[in-house]
Amino acid sequence: MGAILKRELGSYFNSAIAYIVMAVFFGFSGYFFVGTCFLSNTSSLSYTFSNIFVIIVFLTPIIAMKTFSEEKRQRTDQALFTSPASLLEIVLGKFLGAFILYAICCLIFFVFGLVIQMFTPADWAVIICTTIGILLVGGALIAIDIFISALTESQVIAAVIGMAAGLLTYMMSTIISMVGDVEWLSSALSAISFTGYYQNFTYGILDLTGIVFFLSVIALFLFFTIRVFERKRWS
Amino acid sequence: MVEVKNLTKRYGNMTVVDNISFSVKSGEILGFLGPNGAGKSTTMNMITGYISSSSGTVTVNGAEILDNPKKVKSNIGYLPEIPPLYIDMTVKKYLEFMFDLKKVRLPKKEHIDEVMRLVKITDVSQRIIKHLSKGYRQRVGFAQALLGNPPVLILDEPTVGLDPQQIIEIRSLIKSLGKKHTVIFSSHVLSEISATCDRIIVISNGKIVADERTENLSSSISGEQKLKLDVEGASGTILSALKVIPGVLKIRKQRDISEKVGRYIIEYQNGVDIRRNVFKAIASCDGVILDMQSGNETLEDSFLKLVSEDQTKDYAGGVR
Repeated sequence: MGAILKRELGSYFNSAIAYIVMAVFFGFSGYFFVGTCFLSNTSSLSYTFSNIFVIIVFLTPIIAMKTFSEEKRQRTDQALFTSPASLLEIVLGKFLGAFILYAICCLIFFVFGLVIQMFTPADWAVIICTTIGILLVGGALIAIDIFISALTESQVIAAVIGMAAGLLTYMMSTIISMVGDVEWLSSALSAISFTGYYQNFTYGILDLTGIVFFLSVIALFLFFTIRVFERKRWS
Repeated sequence: MVEVKNLTKRYGNMTVVDNISFSVKSGEILGFLGPNGAGKSTTMNMITGYISSSSGTVTVNGAEILDNPKKVKSNIGYLPEIPPLYIDMTVKKYLEFMFDLKKVRLPKKEHIDEVMRLVKITDVSQRIIKHLSKGYRQRVGFAQALLGNPPVLILDEPTVGLDPQQIIEIRSLIKSLGKKHTVIFSSHVLSEISATCDRIIVISNGKIVADERTENLSSSISGEQKLKLDVEGASGTILSALKVIPGVLKIRKQRDISEKVGRYIIEYQNGVDIRRNVFKAIASCDGVILDMQSGNETLEDSFLKLVSEDQTKDYAGGVR
């Protein structure tokens, strides 16, 4: 797994990908930070964090789109799958590579905390909990995107479908209110609503249900990814 | 070393590889020959564990690919038809990655240097693979397969797209590797296989149609040898003089070349040299030999014959 993780990080950081993703992430989150904290003169980061979700929805597919589709297009998957490395190692290595880049992006929130600290004591509970929440949401989205990437040779298709899936999770609360009359459907959708679980983190609550939910999504989609390759080999 | 038993691959109703069995001994170079689309790559992909078989087994060094894929995979160095190169890496970085991926337990720097020296890519080790020529890329792919000194090397059309000089180099490399490794390599170019391999398996439509040592392939298929003669003289006397030569199976006059000269085809038994007797027999009846050619079937002929026979059979059977 170490070899794959190292190569993944190398491919992000030896090319422009990592720097552009980081620049965009820092730029937009900075914009939300200035817009919500400075202009409305508040020390609460809650508004900033609610808006961050939109950036994640668009950036995670960009980070993860190449993980497997590029391998397939370049035929390098033949090297991976004929090596003694197991499928779990390969998929985990890919996931961790993408996740580490994403986690580096999330470090910016501590910078925001420090900036607030300069003026007034910051609410570190909210900052730490929300960062954990954002890491979990992003991890879950990356796992979904890796699964999509395993299904196609085209990075563009992987990215577009990944963004669609992300937007769907973002709009889930609106969808739930639309189907409010059909009770079983709205409660089913609430149970899988990313935004619903994420919201609790932005209040400074380390929500165990949320943690379990996002970790399960990650595990489930990484498992699906492994199944995709197993099925392909056995068909 | 490598044992393939009743290997079959089906995609839906289509059988791509049909009940193939063969084994390769340690230190043998086996050529896998067949037209494009015959099932060579599919077979190789099954041996290396890239795809699974529909039925049948592959055993490498005593380990079965389904029971113990890790062991089998670490025993095989595989160069697929398109070398699996990460084109945005430098040659050295790529080989270091493959070294780690294959979990090789040898001194890393020395081993990679040695492999690069062997396939002559030391001078491009710091270059990005994207900028390398086809020949160099192929060699980097080769280097990747050699990492960890796997006892079995599987090379899928390793010389496609190379220039003649590079082809000769790769061939001699394969030959030298054959001393230490078991090599299976595929090609649709006959001369290449016959120049390099100890043994040839001809595969057509997913089936093995011949499995012979290289030197036997031609004669074993034709069964007899042929001699082509252009002789000046009366055809009646010539035919009767030739008929009595020991070893001759069949004589026919193919055509008249000019008024006095005719072309004759003699079929004779394998392992007999009748040329001296032919000369004497014709001289004794006042004929003159103007041209004598060994009309032995070349490997190319044998190959085409095998492959086309197989296809006619299929059409006659009407099952595909």
